[in-house]
Parts: sequence; C-alpha cells; structure tokens
Amino acid sequence: MPELPDGLIIIAKRECPTCALIEPVLHELAQGSLPLTVYSQDDPDYGAGLPRVIHDETLEQSWRLEVEIVPTLIRVEDGREVERTYGWHRGDWEALSGQQPLGADLPETRPGCGSKTQDPGMPEKLAARFDHGSLASREIELGDAEDVMEACFERGWTDGLPVVPPTRERVLRMLQGTTRAPDEVLGDIPPDLVPCTVEKVAVNAVMAGCKPEYLPVVIAAVEAALSEDFGMHGILCTTMFAGPMVIVNGPISRAIGMNSGVNALGQGNRANATIGRALQLVIRNVGGGRPGEIDRATLGTPGKYTFCFAEAEDSDWGSLATERGFAPDTSTVTLFAGEGVQGIVDQKSRTPESLARSFANSLRAVDNTKLAMAGDAVLVVSPEHHRVFSQAGWSRQRLREDLEQLLLSPGDELLAGADGIAEGLPPSAAGKQIPKFRPGGLLIVRAGGTAGLFSAVIAGWAASGPVGSTPVTKEING
Amino acid sequence: MTAATHLLDPTAERSAAARARVPRPDSLDGLTVGLLDISKARGDVFLDHIDTRLQAQGIQVRRYRKPTFTRVAPTDLRQQIAAECDLVVEGLAD
Repeated sequence: MPELPDGLIIIAKRECPTCALIEPVLHELAQGSLPLTVYSQDDPDYGAGLPRVIHDETLEQSWRLEVEIVPTLIRVEDGREVERTYGWHRGDWEALSGQQPLGADLPETRPGCGSKTQDPGMPEKLAARFDHGSLASREIELGDAEDVMEACFERGWTDGLPVVPPTRERVLRMLQGTTRAPDEVLGDIPPDLVPCTVEKVAVNAVMAGCKPEYLPVVIAAVEAALSEDFGMHGILCTTMFAGPMVIVNGPISRAIGMNSGVNALGQGNRANATIGRALQLVIRNVGGGRPGEIDRATLGTPGKYTFCFAEAEDSDWGSLATERGFAPDTSTVTLFAGEGVQGIVDQKSRTPESLARSFANSLRAVDNTKLAMAGDAVLVVSPEHHRVFSQAGWSRQRLREDLEQLLLSPGDELLAGADGIAEGLPPSAAGKQIPKFRPGGLLIVRAGGTAGLFSAVIAGWAASGPVGSTPVTKEING
Repeated sequence: MTAATHLLDPTAERSAAARARVPRPDSLDGLTVGLLDISKARGDVFLDHIDTRLQAQGIQVRRYRKPTFTRVAPTDLRQQIAAECDLVVEGLAD
C-alpha cells in the first residue's frame, strides 16, 4: 500500500445518516493543524468545499484501510496509522484529533453504518481485484472467443460434467469457509505425489459446486484420502471398481444440510453431491489421476463422480463415528473404498434374528460368494429395518456380532473349484471356519428415508485391509 | 465477452498454461497430407501446386473442401480429416 497521507483520514458515505450528520464536523477539523483527507464511498460531493476529498469509487482505499464502519476517523503519523475510531462519539473524536470542541450542536454519540466494502459479496470482489499476493495458483487467461465452460472441458479439468469456472473471486469466497491458510499443505496427492495446498482444494471445491461452508468437510476428506491406511494411490490405479466414498457424521452434517434421509445415497442434495465430487476433482486435477491413464478401472462405478452421504444418527444406536472412538459432538468424515449399492429387500422379517440372517446372506455376495476376507463392506441400515433391531433391544454392536457369527462359512464350501466354480479360496482354507470379512471389515451405518423395508450393501475394494485400503475416520476441524 | 476471463489453475501446474501446438514432423515420409480448400477464390490453384509437388515426392495426398469459407468446417469434415491425415495444409487467402 502506498504511504498514507499524514494527518487525519475520514472514510464516509453520504447514504449513512451519521456520515451526513457529521459533515459540518469535517469543516471544523479542516481548520485544525492536521491535514484532513476525506474518502467518500458514494457521493463525490460529500464534504464539498474541503481541500482534499477523494471519491473512493472503486473502494480500493476503503478496502486497503480495512474499514468496516463509516464514518471511520484515522490519525496518521509518518505514513503510519496510529489511532482510529468509528461512528460518532464526540469525546473520541476530540481526543483523536486533538481539537475541541467538535460538533457542539450534535448529539454526544451516534453509531455508524456498514462500510460499502462490507456489502454482501463485496469483500471477495475487492480482494479478487486488489489483493494479488494471497493466492499462489497461476491464472489462465482465456481467449476472447473461448466459452468459459467449454474451456474447462478442453483443458481436461472436469469429470465429464460441467464445472463452476474457478475465478479468483469464487476461490477467495470459498476460502472464507476455512480457518486454514491457503498455502497450508495437506499432503502429497497421488498419483503424481504433488503437494496439495488448501488453496488447490478450494479451487477444485469451487469447480465441484461446493458452498464455502462445505470446505472443511472437503479438506478433512482430502486429509483422510492422503492417510497411509487409506491407500488412495491403489484405489485410483486398480482395475477394480472402488472409489473414495465419504460418510459424514456429527453436527456439521446437519449444519450444512446434508442428506441422510430420503434418497440419501442418490442425487439431489448439493452438499452430498459436491463434497464427494470435490474430492474426486482434487485427485484428478491436483494428483493427475485420470481414467485411462493411471486410473485403470475395468468398469469403474458411478460413485466415482461423487459418493458422499451423512449418517441418520440415532441416540439408540450411536453413530459410525462414536463407534470408531469419536465424541458425539465431534464432526468427522469416514472414507471407505466403495463400489456400488446392492439393495437388500426384506419386507417380511419382523425379528432381529430373521433380519440379521437376511443381511448376512446378502453380504456374502460381496466380491463373490466364493471369496472371503477380501473386500470390506458397509451395511446401510434403513430406519424401518433399524426399528426391528432397536425395538428388540439390539445395539449396533449386537447386530455386528451376530452377523460375524452368521458369516462364518465352512472353508471347504469356498475352495477354488467347489460348487463347480473355479474361483474360490486356496487349499489352506480346507477344514476351517472362514469369516466373510476381516476383523473390522464390516461397517454399519444408519441412513435412508423412513418408509421402506430396504437396506443396502456397499461392497469395498477386494484389496481391503493393510494390503490395500482400510477405512479412515478423520475429525473435521476448520 | 468484454474483458478476458481469468481462471485459477486447478491442477498441479505441471503443464504449460497455454496449450502446445502439435510439433511439426521432421519429415513427410510415410505421412498422409490433407489439402483443405476452404472455398476461397483460387485456393484450389494454390493447393493444386502443392498437390503436384507433394505427389512428386511420393507423399500421399488427400483433398478436402469446406462448403463455404464463411463458416468453420463442419464437424464431420473435421473428424474425417483428423482420422485420415497426419497433417493438413489449407489455403487461407485469395
């Protein structure tokens, strides 16, 4: 910023009644020994007749002076601000200016008004215009004839659907959603292992369509994806189906309006849709993970556009997050290397025993009924199915323990070649009872609309666990 | 569009901001050259000369013509040229 003019500076706007009220005071101040500079945010004729009135039409000076209230009175010595006050308070103005009496006919005090720099959307606009030091991403200048939406496609920045063009203004607004510094590095994004800054996450969150208040969730999801346990590189590269699925728990899921109810796993909710998509765009754009290049999926899954939902938490059953050791008032993301959604239709079971057996049978289909201890799974229990368990006093833990028992199989039935199917377990499984899932490999979540005796299995990557990917839960903080 | 639009690069910035041109081939040996007449007056005369000279060198040449120079080439023509040729020469002025 250029050096400030020594003396007194006043920033005001005509439409503010207090600024209008104190206009005569400006003339009194102009008689004093300190030179007076007046910046008018709206009317160029405000303070008419004073030696130095500047129409701050672009609001650059007001923005640089970080004015929030008008009128603001600032005293400058040797080019540096030494004191400021705002609104009208005779005593303060007299003390700051060293002149008295001031505004003898005026009331003792009057509150000020909001500076035009604080109008809705204005802080980001002004920052985009005047603050060129805070963002590090390079600017891409589009040609006059380029359509901005098409340009994003042509540069390879999208997942196949249109993105919101990441202008400076939008990125600065997005960054308002976090307390993190834009240059904070979250980790190295695979596959290119490029340091990923909060700023780059914000750029991609803009493109995904996020609101600023979603950004902390996206940041936590990126952090979880970068953890060693989650193994994002492998999930990306695999010829199998999986992509990072995001489950959100805690107060933030309700605060930002996530869907945990009707159609929770489907389309239509902005937060669900854009948070999952932002994570995928970060991997695509920052990490360089693009299908057909490093992403070698044979078939993939629609969830690789976006796959994110919130748990319909229930006081009876706790939550996925509390089960994983987090306090109920903590907000978390859990990342799971998920494939697609397989429905479990059971409209007849009215006892927990029957329904658990139903669930177990459906869960056997994960990967292949002949395989075990390969892929993890998320069991999404709908409210109507949950009621069957809760009314019978079954906790989440009880359901899991029962499922673990029900999902033990004689190894002989799973051997390669058994049942006329070449796929299957190696001979070492013979004569043993084999669990379907590795320890910790079955996650239970409650979600969905209140009507429908339907639950769902979301199969995990067949390389689940330390060999590939382990579900990771991360606290959302700022 | 009145002012140039600026976007922030969402990538790791490992590639050039401006898209690179396809490099010129060192030699035309074994390549197919498309000659595109944009339907401007005497463009055909220019391209006929090029055609003759390329053929004399044993280079395979294919000829194309836009319906009118006032509009961009139709999509099917662009796709055909891209599928059939390694490079293209067009006569722009009359």
